[in-house]
Amino acid sequence: MAARTLFEKLWDAHVVKAATPATPGILYIDLHLIHEVTSPQAFAELRARGLSVRCPERTLATLDHSTPTAPFDDLGQPVYASEEAAAQVGELEKNCAQFGIRLNGWSSEHRGIVHVIGPELGATQPGMTIVCGDSHTSTHGAFGALAFGIGTTEVGHVLATQCLLQNKPKTLAIEVDGDLPAGCSAKDLVLHIIGQIGVNGGTGHVIEYRGGAIRALSMEQRMTVCNMAIEAGARAGLIAPDEVTYDYLRGRPYAPQGEDWDKAVAGWNTLASDAGARYDRTVHIDAARVRPTVTYGTHPGMVVALEASVPLPATLQERRALDYMRVEAGKPLAGMAVDVVFVGSCTNSRISDLRDAADVLRGRRLASGVRMLVVPGSLAIKREAEREGLDQVFRAAGAEWREPGCSMCIAMNGDLAQPGQLVVSTSNRNFEGRQGPGARTVLASPAVAAASAVAGCIADPQSLLQEQAA
Amino acid sequence: MSTNRPITHIRSRTAVLAHENIDTDRIIPARFLTTTQRDGLGRYAFNDWRYAADGTPDPAFELNKTAARGCEILVAGRNFGCGSSREHAPWALLDFGLRAVLSSEIADIFRNNALKNGLLAVVLSESEHRYLLANPGIELAIDVAAQTIELSDGGRFSFQLDAFAKHCLLAGVDQLGFLLAHNDAIGQFERQRGEAA
Ligand code: SF4
Repeated sequence: MAARTLFEKLWDAHVVKAATPATPGILYIDLHLIHEVTSPQAFAELRARGLSVRCPERTLATLDHSTPTAPFDDLGQPVYASEEAAAQVGELEKNCAQFGIRLNGWSSEHRGIVHVIGPELGATQPGMTIVCGDSHTSTHGAFGALAFGIGTTEVGHVLATQCLLQNKPKTLAIEVDGDLPAGCSAKDLVLHIIGQIGVNGGTGHVIEYRGGAIRALSMEQRMTVCNMAIEAGARAGLIAPDEVTYDYLRGRPYAPQGEDWDKAVAGWNTLASDAGARYDRTVHIDAARVRPTVTYGTHPGMVVALEASVPLPATLQERRALDYMRVEAGKPLAGMAVDVVFVGSCTNSRISDLRDAADVLRGRRLASGVRMLVVPGSLAIKREAEREGLDQVFRAAGAEWREPGCSMCIAMNGDLAQPGQLVVSTSNRNFEGRQGPGARTVLASPAVAAASAVAGCIADPQSLLQEQAA
Repeated sequence: MSTNRPITHIRSRTAVLAHENIDTDRIIPARFLTTTQRDGLGRYAFNDWRYAADGTPDPAFELNKTAARGCEILVAGRNFGCGSSREHAPWALLDFGLRAVLSSEIADIFRNNALKNGLLAVVLSESEHRYLLANPGIELAIDVAAQTIELSDGGRFSFQLDAFAKHCLLAGVDQLGFLLAHNDAIGQFERQRGEAA
């Protein structure tokens, strides 16, 4: 058989019916993740047609998007931002109960952001096809799974048939070689990559991240990189599974156990792209050139290294973005006053992210006037952070320690910034108004976010970390 | 809503939003996604552009101008619909009164969502796109079957459209029915995989 890429192997293994000139292919879906915001209309459709869920056991539900992250009230109940949000969560509870779907609801120890809990439970596994009505489903590609976001109509398709109609995307190899400099995180790397290829650089493609710098990343860092594949317009991001993947998955609740595990690993070991496999496009990135990086504009491709100056606007569009952000071209972003700092989202809310932020904050206080929210990605991460005493570090610094959820990443649960406020955020989108009408967002790593909270302005964590070591 | 209205022809003047990278948060901000319905979202379309902070329509916003009233075809800057997978975006645009979106580049998930709901999403060449951006209000006649756009000034563009998406638009059928008809093949696929494992 001809040499195949990882993507082609995943695709071929899931084709129920190949595409014809008149019809798209039918692709089988192994794992379907659902949440409260993009599923209600899909269940309504099933009901209207009298259909059932074909494979409830392949469906996993959680509460995250419109779910409150504020501490519970005196009665131990969540406090919703609106009746609609409460009704939406209630709707998911009802739908899961009626159709026999596992829901990691309020009473579950496993609740959290959909793209955080899938991997954490070991539900996300190499070789799978995984979809969710959320574009950051690309996160799961870090495990060598073909994972992508879908719309609500398609959520209905998967519920009813466990399949999707799909045209085959193209492949884009991003070869990342060289060593990521000390003090640079996976977030800096992926912001740098999007800056290089652009917010539409991956449109129509599935990205496979390859090369030594990718192999050197931990599983959590790989998830951060794949999470933002969609910000380059790509359908999905992929990384071939290896020992790092297996070490992460081994022993997790839904991962295969015992003999099944060995069999599974043997299969997963065949997934990597064959030598000589061809991609539609290849891009090379030198990791050694990455610096702590932030966004300065209103899409994730407008990035700048902290030490560099904001480039002069080349288009009317870019000038508008600078105006909206109140950023001056020709000057570095460092030193710009900060109102809110958000550490969270499926990009950077895992335990290693919280440790990175806590390392900077330990023994320090937030600058006066700065509000900081730390929102763990899942209840399991919250518990782990509390075991390690990270919550104490955040609280002592003056930050809010919250319940898990999407929170200010999408600002639909009541967690949001005020018009004009500048937010340094570890999430993935800096679109106008994403974190509240008129709010200005600077995307950054957890360390840069924490350093900015302490400094009261956008700041490089390096000097703070060195001080601490001294 | 198991079937859509068949879409064969769309004739309208264009409204132009020249901004590049109009993301789905722009099309409908996330705070309006707490609904469990798909109807009635048109009032939130482009909400934060359309309305000033006090809730009154912003007269400077292109789609609030008299000339844009009743336009069913939107010509948008490059990379329209990027960002979130929310299907609320095409729902909002349809409910707002749009029937077609034209750009030189349309984000994958949005395009897919749009076509599934009977919102025609068409990708044009750079030069065709530039021409339409520069001539707001021009009358277009889109023929889905022929995959052509006639311009009132005599010009004519043709466009690509996935054969299946076209079939579904013209017949007003949705795609779930097609998938359900392959129930046996899906079952066979599941059994084969079960045996192989
Ligand atoms: S954290 Fe943000 S990007 Fe991730 S699933 Fe939630 S809303 Fe989507």
